[in-house]
Amino acid sequence: MKSYICDIVVNLAAMVIALRNLSKSYETAEGRLEVLRGINLDLGAGDSVALTGESGSGKSTLLHLVAGLDRPDAGEIVIGGRDISKLDDRGRAAYRRTEVGLVFQQFNLIPSLDVAANIAFHAKLAGRHDPAWENELVERLGVGTLLTRYPEQLSSGQQQRVAIGRTLAARPGLVLADEPTGNLDEANGDAVLDLMLSLSKGTGSTLLMVTHSQRLADRLDRQVHLRSGKIE
Amino acid sequence: MTIWTVATALLSHWRRRPLQLGALMLGLALATALWSGVQAVNAEARASYARAAAALDQNGLAHLVSPHGRSIPRAAFVRLRRAGWNVSPVLEGEYRFGATRLRVIGIEPLTMPAETQTVDLRNAGDLLSFISPPGTLVVSPDTAEKIRGKTDLALRVSDRMPDGAAFVDIGLAERLLRRDGELTRIVIAENQRPGLEPLGTLAPALSVREPSAQSDVEHLTESFHLNLTAFGFLAFAVGLFIVYSTIGLAFEQRRPTFRTLRCLGVSLSALAVLLLAELVLFALAAAAAGVIIGYLIASLLLPGVAATLEGLYGASVPGTLSLRPEWWLSGFAIAVAGTLVSSTQSLLRLMRVPLLTAAQPQTWGRASQTGRRFQVLAAAALLGLSGALILWADGLQAGFGVLGCLLLGASLLLPAVLSGFLTLMQRASSGALVTWFWADARQQLPGLSLALMALLLALAANVGVGTMVSSFRLTFVGWLDQRLAAELYVAARNEPEADRLRAWLATKVESVLPISSVDVEIRGQPMQIFGVVDDPTYREHWPLIVGLPDVWDRVASGEGVLVNEQFWRRERLRIGDQLDLASDWKSTVVGVYSDYGNPKGQVIAGINALTSRYPEVSRLRYGLRVQPDQVPDLRSSLSDEFGLPPDNIVDQAALKEQSRRIFDRTFLVTGALNIFTLGVAALAMFSSLLTLSEMRLPQLAPVWAMGVTRRDLALLEVLRTLVLWLATFFTALPLGLALAWVLLAVVNVEAFGWRLPMHIFPYEWVRLGLVALAAAVVSIFIPLRRLAGLAPSELLKVFANER
Amino acid sequence: MSVRSIAIAFAVMIMASLSGSQAAPQGFGGLSSAAEGFSVPQPGLLFRFPDDHGAHPDFRIEWWYLTANLEAPDGTQYGAQWTLFRSALAPREAKGWSSPQIWMGHAAVTTSEDHFVAERISRGGVGQAGVVAEPFSAWIDDWQMKGGDTPEADQLAELTLNATAKDFGYELRLSATGPLVPQGNNGYSVKSAQGQASYYYSQPFYAVTGSLALPTGNVDVTGKAWLDREWSSQPLAEDQTGWDWFSLHLDSGEKLMGFRLRDKGEGFTSATWITADGRPEPLPAGALQIVPVRTAKVAGGQIPVSWNLRIPSRGFEVTTQPLNDQAWMATSIPYWEGPITFGGSVGGRGYLEMTGY
Repeated sequence: MKSYICDIVVNLAAMVIALRNLSKSYETAEGRLEVLRGINLDLGAGDSVALTGESGSGKSTLLHLVAGLDRPDAGEIVIGGRDISKLDDRGRAAYRRTEVGLVFQQFNLIPSLDVAANIAFHAKLAGRHDPAWENELVERLGVGTLLTRYPEQLSSGQQQRVAIGRTLAARPGLVLADEPTGNLDEANGDAVLDLMLSLSKGTGSTLLMVTHSQRLADRLDRQVHLRSGKIE
Repeated sequence: MTIWTVATALLSHWRRRPLQLGALMLGLALATALWSGVQAVNAEARASYARAAAALDQNGLAHLVSPHGRSIPRAAFVRLRRAGWNVSPVLEGEYRFGATRLRVIGIEPLTMPAETQTVDLRNAGDLLSFISPPGTLVVSPDTAEKIRGKTDLALRVSDRMPDGAAFVDIGLAERLLRRDGELTRIVIAENQRPGLEPLGTLAPALSVREPSAQSDVEHLTESFHLNLTAFGFLAFAVGLFIVYSTIGLAFEQRRPTFRTLRCLGVSLSALAVLLLAELVLFALAAAAAGVIIGYLIASLLLPGVAATLEGLYGASVPGTLSLRPEWWLSGFAIAVAGTLVSSTQSLLRLMRVPLLTAAQPQTWGRASQTGRRFQVLAAAALLGLSGALILWADGLQAGFGVLGCLLLGASLLLPAVLSGFLTLMQRASSGALVTWFWADARQQLPGLSLALMALLLALAANVGVGTMVSSFRLTFVGWLDQRLAAELYVAARNEPEADRLRAWLATKVESVLPISSVDVEIRGQPMQIFGVVDDPTYREHWPLIVGLPDVWDRVASGEGVLVNEQFWRRERLRIGDQLDLASDWKSTVVGVYSDYGNPKGQVIAGINALTSRYPEVSRLRYGLRVQPDQVPDLRSSLSDEFGLPPDNIVDQAALKEQSRRIFDRTFLVTGALNIFTLGVAALAMFSSLLTLSEMRLPQLAPVWAMGVTRRDLALLEVLRTLVLWLATFFTALPLGLALAWVLLAVVNVEAFGWRLPMHIFPYEWVRLGLVALAAAVVSIFIPLRRLAGLAPSELLKVFANER
Repeated sequence: MSVRSIAIAFAVMIMASLSGSQAAPQGFGGLSSAAEGFSVPQPGLLFRFPDDHGAHPDFRIEWWYLTANLEAPDGTQYGAQWTLFRSALAPREAKGWSSPQIWMGHAAVTTSEDHFVAERISRGGVGQAGVVAEPFSAWIDDWQMKGGDTPEADQLAELTLNATAKDFGYELRLSATGPLVPQGNNGYSVKSAQGQASYYYSQPFYAVTGSLALPTGNVDVTGKAWLDREWSSQPLAEDQTGWDWFSLHLDSGEKLMGFRLRDKGEGFTSATWITADGRPEPLPAGALQIVPVRTAKVAGGQIPVSWNLRIPSRGFEVTTQPLNDQAWMATSIPYWEGPITFGGSVGGRGYLEMTGY
């Protein structure tokens, strides 16, 4: 466990992302499915970019590749000057731990930990546990009364606020969000998005968000539209 | 047709989850196997008792016996016949052929009622040679093997004869046993003519013993079989844990299917009936496998059981098994019943759940708060009940009641105990992963608790029985050293030889201790009275439990007698109590000695007191006290001087070795059952872990996403399982010791009639711990390999948006 | 050991040929050819009473065989049988179970409707069964044939007889109105052309009173009885398969004993004509001719139950009819034994015994 706290290669500030000729395919029941076909994309530090497109256009796959959750078939994912697609399992785990923050549509909180522990979890793994910052996040997310509750006792909106708290508590250079408001009603979704945008701006994180909602996409700095595995 | 469509949809679940199906079937089959294996052993033994009793004791018929175990004059039999009674005489006793003691049963074939005829003398020549001199011994094949060449009498082998007994003509029995004109009992046939003079008038000195459904040996061994049954049931219960959890999971996982089917118009009752049919089908298939495995287990166990019964009770049981319909049926019945019991909860839930509730496989096994509280209350009640039973109840049933309450109560309490432990650990830790480790273990607890409870039972049974057996062995070996004090034991072949032997020995050894006994009936029980001479050997070595200070003087003077522990406890005797040893012999109990391994009551009296009442008592056997280094010389001069065969001269070491061997065989069965039970518990653990591993992904994926490698996650999973095993193991130790105490202080006293001091053997715990650890590692191996080898895409599915 | 096995054993010892196929070959052959240390009947020996009323343990087989033709006050006919067989495994007697003597008792009552049978088997030596010559007593279990207490008279002159079984019983008092009658040549009765023989005498002159206990109730009866005493060691020749035996009380007061031993040929017949005052007139072999008249299905086989008997030299010709066709002794050695009546040149009653069918 110690390694997760000490083994940190940080480039907290400028998280420049360069994707070169990225392609990825999966074996499916109907045969080989080309999900991404030569993606080239550059993100500047502190950029917030919306990734839009039809269902099956490859948005989530692209996000997963950038998060280091999966490896491309070909191409480079240069983040902070390193090609993470060349990293081994361990290296990519360290990258996820210290540099990436993930927000999912399903929230994916850790069910066995209470809200406070969930919020502190990633920060502790990343070795950046900062109670003062976490308190501030809790206050701004409005989950102060929920700290001793468990995820299953929370509403969807509350769960996503906690998930955002967990991500930002670790101060990641790169925040990756996959339909973060997909399971929320419009009002809650807007509120959560506002929080995420303002907080990630505050920490100077680069934000890449997958969404199929034009309304949400409009609120980000840039939009990238995917169609059949290619950027339009 | 529609039924088939629906059934196919339901059954498709199992095709996609062969491991789950395997766990269900294996759990059920193993549970049934252990149960029916034990039943098979019991049934075989009981059948053999019944056979032996029917054959040897004619216990299906009433008998006339002499109330004090004295012999009956032959004239009494003739008087009854001449009064028209259809009766038949029996004279039986023990006779040695070389080193083999046989129960010789003299019968009169012409009057013996046909329904109790065991010996097949259908051939006229056989009958003639049976009743004509020199005579024939009808014996079992094994017994024939043992005594071949040791007698001039003709041997006739009969498969229907129990071992260790011989049927002879009553005339031959008189000659062998030197009891001319005597009978031991008179069999009364069922078929009697009307208008007979009553037996009470014709034979006022005799009493009628009514036919008994249960033989003596059956009564004696009852506790042993109850023991086996209890073990079989424990193993079955452990197996049911698997069945229960697997069925519960399968129901949860199929809820979407149920919902779909119901939306498509399948009625709830049709669904329930189909599911029930499916379960019964599985139960029957598993039962068939289980009964076959049970048969194999029983065939493995039976020789050990036979040796045990022979060693402990002198009951002869063949070492081979025959297929008996009763345990086939019992195997099927218990498999179906167990399956239905295990699935009741799932079926009820199915009936209650509304049509459109979403499926939540994650909630499987998660006990509600109230459920947990109820469990703790029930555990407390059961533990309290076991305490109350110890204090206020007695009897073997109560002993097993204590065991049952203790085990069940403790296992119900286990989840709460473990949960408390994990909470403490979680509070004490600070790192993110460490905290998560404990928290996650606690969250997994409900899903694993059934398996852990099974494990607790198996481990506690191992510790308890192991402690009991080891304590017993330690005590037994020490007791043997005291009891077998004479250096050499010698048996003369006849009385004149015995006379010469005594005279010859008088100058050769330090002391000669005659071993003379008579078989009598005291307080309605078959007993032996031993006569002892006044010798320092007894004063110094004989293992007394309680006794007056001058106990040996009193025995020597004929004033008092000693009784063995089992008789003392059974009859609740006290020092100073009067005992009717025979119609004209009363004596005082002056001491109690331990007498392990003897099912019967025993009395030790002064040799003069014995021989004056029983002048005809056999004086063939002697214990000899000599310097140990003289034993080989004495041995060879005994065989040179008297031509005694080697079997008639046994030294102390050989005798002890033989006793120890019998002892060790005695608990072979319990040991084997323990291992089986542990195996079933490991299987329960395995199937639970496997089940959980399927549901772990949503819990593990976020942690993985946040930067913990799959390898580390797998390592944590191993650690988590081991921690739960270890915690359970440590909980099992005190429970096992409590179990051992109940076995030693309650159950053994009731079952065997002796109480043993408890000794503790931590080394055995270490060994058991290692075995348990190995089982843990094995049980986690498959789920773990699965996790470690998981493709990222599998984990990514957790995050997929459209699920 | 079923009763049946004992039967077979007994059959080997007594009448191997009679029990038919099962036990015969070696057993019968061995027994009939040599007496194996047993005494063998010799011609010319005179009976000595009362000793000869008792057992002769040095002979292989022996019996005390009583048959009675009885009548109730209302004229209903009955038959009663009481037999004690002795069979020796060795030619000696001993006290206790080591006695080689074995005893078997048969008792029967025949009515026109029913035939009641009972059997007892016992070891000798212990007192369960046996025969004492003086004062005479023959018994097995609670069945007994007991002599009178007048010491000066013959021990068999007055007898009381009883047998009780599950479904029937009787108690009879017998009083001899004539002397004992030696059969054959002064008691030496030849059984085959090869010379097999037995010692044989009868008391055919009993007057009987007594009562029968039947399932329907007790019946007082009176009538006539006939006692046969016979002992031997080699009763039958090898090829003899059975016999037909008649004891007839002629209305004239005379008696006739006749038998035919069947073999593969014509058989061997022998008869003794007994005058009303008890004088035996042995008839030469072949003087008696017997021919079956009617058979009946009995115990699964066809058995001749009605016979024509002729002694041409005496102008004697009668046809016998059984009281009950089914007088089958379903004992361990099964045979036919029942009361008969006859008419022709003279009328009368008697008993018929047929073995080996």
